[in-house]
Amino acid sequence: MRAVSEKGRTKQWRGSEIIGYWLLRFSLILVLFILGFIIVDIFTKGIGVINWEFLTTAPRVGMTEGGIFPAIVGTLYVTLITIAFAVPLGVAAAIYLNEYAVQGRLTRLVRMSLRNLAGVPSIVFGLFGMAVFVKFFGFGPSLIAAGFTLGLLTLPVTVTAAEEALITVPRSYRAGSFALGATRWQVVRTVVLPRAIPGILTGTILGLARAAGETAPILATGAAFFLPYLPDSVKSQFMALPYHLFIMSTQHHALAVVRPIAYGTALVLVTLVTLLNLAAVLLRKRYRDKVAKGL
Amino acid sequence: MHSRTELIMKILFWASGIAIILFLVGILFTLLSNSIPALGEIGIGSFFTSGLWRPGAYGEPTYSINNFILGTFMVTVGALAFAVPMGVAAAAYLAEIASPWEREFFKPIVEVLAGIPSVVLGFIGLVVLAPLIARFFNIPSGINALNGAILVGIMALPTIITLAEDAITAVPKEYRHASLALGGTQWQTIWKVTVPAAFSGITAAAMLGMGRAIGETMTVLMVTGNMIARPESFLDSVRTLSANIAIEIGDVAFGSVHFHALFVVGLVLFIITFIVNLLADILIHRKPEVNK
Repeated sequence: MRAVSEKGRTKQWRGSEIIGYWLLRFSLILVLFILGFIIVDIFTKGIGVINWEFLTTAPRVGMTEGGIFPAIVGTLYVTLITIAFAVPLGVAAAIYLNEYAVQGRLTRLVRMSLRNLAGVPSIVFGLFGMAVFVKFFGFGPSLIAAGFTLGLLTLPVTVTAAEEALITVPRSYRAGSFALGATRWQVVRTVVLPRAIPGILTGTILGLARAAGETAPILATGAAFFLPYLPDSVKSQFMALPYHLFIMSTQHHALAVVRPIAYGTALVLVTLVTLLNLAAVLLRKRYRDKVAKGL
Repeated sequence: MHSRTELIMKILFWASGIAIILFLVGILFTLLSNSIPALGEIGIGSFFTSGLWRPGAYGEPTYSINNFILGTFMVTVGALAFAVPMGVAAAAYLAEIASPWEREFFKPIVEVLAGIPSVVLGFIGLVVLAPLIARFFNIPSGINALNGAILVGIMALPTIITLAEDAITAVPKEYRHASLALGGTQWQTIWKVTVPAAFSGITAAAMLGMGRAIGETMTVLMVTGNMIARPESFLDSVRTLSANIAIEIGDVAFGSVHFHALFVVGLVLFIITFIVNLLADILIHRKPEVNK
């Protein structure tokens, strides 16, 4: 297929069709341009406020001065709870789907639920989290309520990544272990899981990135406008980077004054999320190449 | 000897799989059960009669979500109007024309764009796009449906590109060979053979992009102005279903009619996105219409 395109490329584009070729190409370049613009704009206008103090102190004087330390810590805490919820459950569900279940009606239903879960709007997760974790379980607005809500939202990411990793473990490995008398759990624990670790790690990083950037699900489940102290337990409310950016760009009483802080917050958030996503992309590429080489 | 551990692990993994189904059912159940008090009090019809959403109005609160549905519709249609053609074109380039290094370079770009948090896009819309729109149309504010549509389109682009590329790549190579062997140019092959053959997959990509657009919350919340009045054009402020929940979820009194009415809005949003995603799902898993 590739060979055909390569050949076609050299001789087939002629006359008006060159316009079509450039239309397609331009569409892709525009995507690059949009991303480049967002990153350059945020970087150039945000870098000015970034310094050690900005990253390590709390907001002061009605959030018009000072840093974003509590928001960084809050995001760290809440994403850790998210991962603690979504990764073990996601890996277990992937193991069920790929190693234990007989493929049929039930697995189709699980997969369909997973795809639909991935399509549920983030604000609906927020409503669910408020009704179930905040009220029904009585956690109140807290790290744990927000973390669980984000965990549900992240679950499709971690299951999909874990399943992809499990699929890459060759069937013959399992067959070999079974032939030596290993039980299913022994095969999963000693043969399948160790080789799936890079894939699971990729899913974890993607999940972290996803959870760190979400705002809507934490609006009513625990994110706070401003807190003078850091969260001291899982029942505490917390400040978070995306919510802080939302506040600083729409809710603050002096929007023009805090614009640089908003840009700084955006820069920290975008850097965090983009580095995580790039790390996941590179990691996945590495183990895919390995699998392709049959290692 | 290990049979006990075996059994426990088996049950544990089974339960994890079942939990996924239960979560989805649980979300639906939570939305339904919390909607019922409002539906009982206000009546389902009142949500869809013409009027405004005024849950705090003294004496006679009204709960019409018609304008929110219109707002969501405008933002979604506006977003897809450019994101679908642009996304499919980019996907066709990636799948059919791009050299290996271009693919290596552009695919992570698309993934990184997919990862940009919606609140950051909303911020860009607020500080960069809004002034541009205001100047271009010579209007006082660029906070309107158009702004939301552009940003939501950008949000939906990575979904559309990735899935459309998968669909185009999945077209059997015999189709291309046949077209090229018959003297078709590469443009004719893409335009008349490969893209039409991938039609159901491309439609699914567009629908999943649509699902994202309908449910998108923070971006529209920040850039569309959130007025409850009926919009007349794309240069008017609109409030979407998702934004309405986000605005009011923070300070609604627990257990009030207003509280439960927000769950009705959530239920409507859930049902719409569920149907859209389900249709996309059916399209993706449909057998190719032409056999090899």
